[in-house]
Amino acid sequence: MTNGWCDVANADVVLVMGGNPAENHPVGFRFVMEARRNRGAKLVCVDPRFNRTAAVSDTYVPIRAGTDIAFLGGLIHYSLSTGKYQADYVRQHTNAGFLVKEGYGFENGHFSGWDAAKKSYDKSSWQYETGPDGFVRTDPTFEHPRSVFQLMKKHYSRYTPEKVSEVCGCTPEQFTKAAEMITVAAAKDKSGTVLYALGWTQHSHAVQLIHTAAMVQLLMGNIGMPGGGVNAQRGHANIQGATDMGSWMNLPGYLKIPRASQTALDAYLKANTPKALRPDSLNYWGNTPKFMVSLLKTYYGDQATKANGFGYDWLPKLGDGENQSWGYFFDRMYAGGLQGMISFGMNPVANGPNTAKMLGALAKLDWMIVAENFETETAAFWKAKPLASEYYGEAPAPEDIKTEVFLLPASCFAEKDGAFVNSSRWLQWKEAALDPPGDAKLDQDIIAELFLRIRALYEKDGGPSPEPLMAMSWNYATPRSPLLAEVAREVNGHDLATGRRLSGFGELKDDGTTTSGNWIYSGMWPESGNLMARRVQEDPTGLGLYPQWAWSWPANRRILYNRASVDNTGKPWDPTRAPLKWNGQRWSGDTPDYKADAAPDKFGAFIMNAEGVAKLFAADLAEGPFPEHYEPWESPVPNPMHPEVSFNPVAKVFTSAADKQGTPDKFPYVGITYRLTEHFHFWTKHTAGSSQLQSNFFVEIGEDLAKEKGLKSGDKVRVSTARGKVEGPALVTRRMKGLKVNGKIVHQVGLPIHWGFLGHVSGPLINNLTPSVFDPNSGTPEYKGFLVNVEKIA
Amino acid sequence: MTTTVAKLVDTSLCIGCKACELACQEWNDQEFTLGTFDGTYQTLPDLEHNFWNLIKFNEFERDGQMSWLMAKYQCMHCADPGCLRACPAPGAIIQRPNGIVDFVHDNCIGCGYCITGCPFDVPRLSPKTKKVYKCSLCSDRTSVGMAPACIKTCPTNCLTFGARDELLRKADSRAEQLRGNGDQDAGVYNPEGVGGTNVIYVLRDAKNPESYGLPKDPGIPWTLSLWKGPVKWLGSMVFLGGILGAFLHFVRYGPKDHGDEHE
Repeated sequence: MTNGWCDVANADVVLVMGGNPAENHPVGFRFVMEARRNRGAKLVCVDPRFNRTAAVSDTYVPIRAGTDIAFLGGLIHYSLSTGKYQADYVRQHTNAGFLVKEGYGFENGHFSGWDAAKKSYDKSSWQYETGPDGFVRTDPTFEHPRSVFQLMKKHYSRYTPEKVSEVCGCTPEQFTKAAEMITVAAAKDKSGTVLYALGWTQHSHAVQLIHTAAMVQLLMGNIGMPGGGVNAQRGHANIQGATDMGSWMNLPGYLKIPRASQTALDAYLKANTPKALRPDSLNYWGNTPKFMVSLLKTYYGDQATKANGFGYDWLPKLGDGENQSWGYFFDRMYAGGLQGMISFGMNPVANGPNTAKMLGALAKLDWMIVAENFETETAAFWKAKPLASEYYGEAPAPEDIKTEVFLLPASCFAEKDGAFVNSSRWLQWKEAALDPPGDAKLDQDIIAELFLRIRALYEKDGGPSPEPLMAMSWNYATPRSPLLAEVAREVNGHDLATGRRLSGFGELKDDGTTTSGNWIYSGMWPESGNLMARRVQEDPTGLGLYPQWAWSWPANRRILYNRASVDNTGKPWDPTRAPLKWNGQRWSGDTPDYKADAAPDKFGAFIMNAEGVAKLFAADLAEGPFPEHYEPWESPVPNPMHPEVSFNPVAKVFTSAADKQGTPDKFPYVGITYRLTEHFHFWTKHTAGSSQLQSNFFVEIGEDLAKEKGLKSGDKVRVSTARGKVEGPALVTRRMKGLKVNGKIVHQVGLPIHWGFLGHVSGPLINNLTPSVFDPNSGTPEYKGFLVNVEKIA
Repeated sequence: MTTTVAKLVDTSLCIGCKACELACQEWNDQEFTLGTFDGTYQTLPDLEHNFWNLIKFNEFERDGQMSWLMAKYQCMHCADPGCLRACPAPGAIIQRPNGIVDFVHDNCIGCGYCITGCPFDVPRLSPKTKKVYKCSLCSDRTSVGMAPACIKTCPTNCLTFGARDELLRKADSRAEQLRGNGDQDAGVYNPEGVGGTNVIYVLRDAKNPESYGLPKDPGIPWTLSLWKGPVKWLGSMVFLGGILGAFLHFVRYGPKDHGDEHE
């Protein structure tokens, strides 16, 4: 979240799209209710299903899964064509006035620079036009035809309410009603927030979708404002922490993974340290060398010296253009290219796309270690066929699987201390409530044991490339059982000269005299103590920032980009909602997202961008500098915007035998997957209490489709895709309706996740249906919007 | 004087998350059972002897406008409880000074009269213990100043617990606020037919409480009004009359002669 849960209570309008917080974040949803109760905020819900959030909304708009960019593109068009945008904010805080190079263009679904042979873009025409001083040329009047503003206006002029209706399936009136409510936030004294979750991230064009939302929020002047922002609701207690610490394809603190061609630290730093694009850009990522060197010093301690590039050579490198995210390595595993896997807190057989491919891939491994609280479908993947042959008949039989599986009993959250990082970016320290049962071990003990024993084996017997293992720093009081407090202090970082812990990343140096295991977490545990354990409920600004409750990354800042809540003279856009105040000398209020003593006209408000301002036009992503609507991989209709380029041309599609694509003639309906509020992922089927609240798998089907199929609630149906099938009773409802898309009626079919072949309750794994198709930027699978067929079973 | 307590259910804030259902189960130590699929999102089609707090889901369309209403259903703790009127077992159903209607299972004879007496169809007979169960408004918690488990767990502040008078005022002002926001039929549900209830609802559509699964105009069956009124008096008269008759018979004719038995 750019803002945070408590801050939602400051909103005047709440757009919920690509998420369903009433069901999946019911505790956080209290702040939506507070905004409604105390401020009369309006709640707009846009979703394929009339869900529990829609049930309490002020307006609900049904859309077809996978068409969110068209809806948001329509909002951009609506805002620009009616003048409902915050013009001063856009002028001061965005790149709307930046000039783009000659040669940039968009035609028939492709941006300029398309290379059909390589299936990728040459991005050179997406760059800004620079002047003789090396800085980007701008036109503050926005009149230049190559200004970002004019290009944006032209690009989205195609997204009229009628076009939105044709693509999304809502009526133009439904769209316009929502647009009117949302754009109320264009006024300086109004704020609107956007809440989203996996309904946005699980598409083959997901990152561009969120870019579109950011554009809408910039036009409304909502970024940096209390009650504003673009807010990702994270789905696990500590998934934010996992991402921050680099368990995705990055190093901790969102530092880039080194590439094979970056053979020395200098080359890595040169490639990953941006240069300011405008004279007033603070360009905070210019400090990348400090973050990286301090990380290397944390990894390799005394072994990291200036002479050896602080041990940079010991870091694993990815091939240039190579990707090692989820879909890619499972594809390699499926092809027999991987020997072993350690699965820690992950259940890929249940939550990975295309179960058949997951089961097939694991059977190709020599060994697999699963550390878990109980036996999961992944640990027991070899039982899939005998336990549920009706769904996994194609899976390898146990006698044909040679994978050696080790199931290590791990402790659960209540048995561990440490910090959870929530959606609000708060690091909240907790204590262990129980001892792990039986032989279960703490996660860090399992990792330490593996590390120390593997290192001892290398010492004894030797082996290829032992250096990274030997050089790794492991300075814990009890090496076999590091305390999480020790790890946290290590991640916070030290000044090696004084031995004192750092009070923030501002103290990091690039000469090897400081350490920090994650620069954005530096300051969580300074000399004064563990700030994550704070529980002070004071709220000096009255805006719900609670600066002494736990600790928020970065630098205990509660609202990211808060500098944009004031104009370039230091005046807040809305004096009743000012997280920052400038007294002529210093900023007060929230931790400023800016230099603490710099005058408001000194730097641009977006210090993390080389531009110094926010990017409406961004050459960073794979598909193009502006988001464009592309259909899901499996779509019931050709793309109404440009039928000849229907699908995202740079999305990642795999071509293994398991990657089968369905067509609308055989699979005419759109399948969507989601969680129910009563469940937590694939976990709570192992507990009796949660299992009783929604015990049975069901398939949600609209009344009109049910009528066509002669179905009533309770009738057993089979839902199939090109990849697999699931079976269960139909739940016939008026909450899902056929939508008129491109002149034809498209029905959607709801498929809740939770069940599997193990647990207190059982049922089909929904991912038996889903395709392994991925967003090219994030590597997230397209779980929402794929083609299914529905049949009544006897 | 003890304050009458109450529970306020603001259905405009209910998201049907069922946290209250599970909290009720756990606090009251109820056995978990698997739910039955009835084509809705409801955990169970109706209340059970071991399931005292059920969120009812009702979906309907009015003037093309989709509604999916969710409301918590449990004992209403009536001011004039039909169950108490119906109960023949002394001390099995009591009304505490704070207004809570509580079942004392040691005294329950399992006759089930309370079930027919309840205008909200709440009490349920356990086939195992042959006793009747329902929500106690967590009288074990409230007696020591804690809020009932359902209220403690509610994430959206849909549920509040407190003094009845205060909650009624709160309910009125919330209904007024909703009317101001465009829900012109918003109102408070506190039915007079049972003398008012200690579970008070704010409904966005108070003209149609049935759409939330609540009876429109609940009242105590007239037969029950007689049961503990004239009928009970009459019954007692017949009973006492019998004893009196036997006594008079004894006085008049003396003990029965059993002489023949020894033959």
